Amino acid sequence: MDATILLLLLQDGVVNGAIYALIALSLVLVFTVTRVILIPQGEFVAYGALTLASLEAGTLPGTVPLLLGLGGLAFLADCAEGRHTLDGRGLLRLALRDLALPALVAAAAWILAPTKPGLAVEILLTLAIVTPMGGFLHAVAFRPLAHASVLVLLIASVGVHLALTGLGLVFFGAEGSRTPPLSEASFPAGPLLVSGQSLWMIGLTLAIIVALWLFFSRTLLGKALIATAVNRLGARLMGIAPSLAGRLSFSVAAFIGALSGVLIAPLTTVYYDTGFLIGLKGFVAAIIGGLASYPAAAAAAILVGIIESVASFEASAFKEVIVFMAIIPVLLWRSLRSAPVEDEE
Amino acid sequence: MTVPMLEAHAVSVAYGKVEAVRGVSLSVAPGRLVTVLGANGAGKTTLLNALMGVLPAKGTLRFEGRDLTRLPVEARVALGLSLIPERRELFSTMTVEDNLKLGAFRFRTTGGGGDLGEIYRLFPRLAERRRQQAGTLSGGERQMLAMARALMGRPRLLMLDEPSLGLAPLIVAEVMRTVARLRDEGVAILLVEQNARAALRIADHGYVLDGGRVVLEGDSRTLQADARVAETYLGSLGAETPDRAAATG
Repeated sequence: MDATILLLLLQDGVVNGAIYALIALSLVLVFTVTRVILIPQGEFVAYGALTLASLEAGTLPGTVPLLLGLGGLAFLADCAEGRHTLDGRGLLRLALRDLALPALVAAAAWILAPTKPGLAVEILLTLAIVTPMGGFLHAVAFRPLAHASVLVLLIASVGVHLALTGLGLVFFGAEGSRTPPLSEASFPAGPLLVSGQSLWMIGLTLAIIVALWLFFSRTLLGKALIATAVNRLGARLMGIAPSLAGRLSFSVAAFIGALSGVLIAPLTTVYYDTGFLIGLKGFVAAIIGGLASYPAAAAAAILVGIIESVASFEASAFKEVIVFMAIIPVLLWRSLRSAPVEDEE
Repeated sequence: MTVPMLEAHAVSVAYGKVEAVRGVSLSVAPGRLVTVLGANGAGKTTLLNALMGVLPAKGTLRFEGRDLTRLPVEARVALGLSLIPERRELFSTMTVEDNLKLGAFRFRTTGGGGDLGEIYRLFPRLAERRRQQAGTLSGGERQMLAMARALMGRPRLLMLDEPSLGLAPLIVAEVMRTVARLRDEGVAILLVEQNARAALRIADHGYVLDGGRVVLEGDSRTLQADARVAETYLGSLGAETPDRAAATG
């Protein structure tokens, strides 16, 4: 391996690492706020990529009926949850959020999809379709288990992952899709050719990180999420409902997942089940960050990307093995360094 | 007595088969300071947690005529109930100022929460430490922050669980002065204390809890004069015992 190849591999690793970083950040967010290890994060990625691909092809994405269905289920779950406190206005708010909003998005997709409105509109539409699913899934599958142990939540998470993968197969079929790049431009940089696509990926990742930072440090809602992560009871006593915090963090995760899907769709062919492996690599990074630290998770994600690209060059058959084995020394080091973490409560 | 603000009737709380609170009835009138006294393990903390909705309870609970029984903690906060728990439950890795801002969370869409400037005037120590992490504060400062954070939510009924716990006598006096001043400003207060002497000095009315039941009730002067109270709670038990935090936490 010479210097040029190493640079190429590094570039590749950083670009992939950017996606893993986005996923790792959402995993940390969801885990600290709700104690759920969000295995289905990868499905949001796949849904984002596949939704964009069908919009590109001018067809109505399969995620649209899924969104409507999930919204209906979430409405029932919300009504059951609020049965003692719900008044007319509350019911109206739920109906707007769970039924009217998805219907509006579906109508927009139905009208716009055949007209092929251009990449920018299609990306916005993709985000609008996938993002609400996060909150709906939380309401349907996780809120009723809010008091369960981390292990039970993990099992529920695996269940949701399997369900969403199956639904992905039903709605999108077994064929993979790929979308045109966000930018065809490329810039020479020394021996490298930097593509516009990779600049978009790194730029948007940085933008999301800055946006998350602003959200957490400048807005009361963002601080409420951190407060819930730091002290659940303290947050409840301030009137911050765990269900609100959970719903919000799931929505943010779905948004970031869909955006990651939009970003990787031009790079690789995405199938209904591609998200799982991408999500797992983000998970490796999140684990290296202890499922608690955002900067550590993001830095570890870049590292995972680089390990992956170097491994795929040096020993491509063992690429995944090497990436996932990287987690073992980290876990060893973590468990030797810190006292065992007890399950909360 | 005026119409009560908080009315609890036959409230019972059980941990598994052990009943920690058995059929307690009590009421707090608007603008009054009511104290619940009792020894370690009498069920005081359990009772407050049940009133706040942190623990499920049997019996009826009404706040300003509204049935609380099925409302979760957050909905009770929205009505104007507030609990400062024994363990304070601060956001330890966040700054003092962020803790205070979150205290006004229930007003985030409507406005009308507490005023930071006013709070800092009331608690000058917190103003000095506003950029510090809450976890770095001393015990007395933590209690001040817990009270200030609760006040940011403009509670109508403030419940305090052992605010004097683990504090030096001078600071206990300051905490009690603050509690009395809040009452004078019109906030109804339910004060749970093991430090009976300090609590009765500022309270209007008191209940004595033993084994999860109310064994004595009266206005604070009567209680102070009561021989049984004097003997059991104003003697050596009125002072601090260091192992309480572990036992009741």
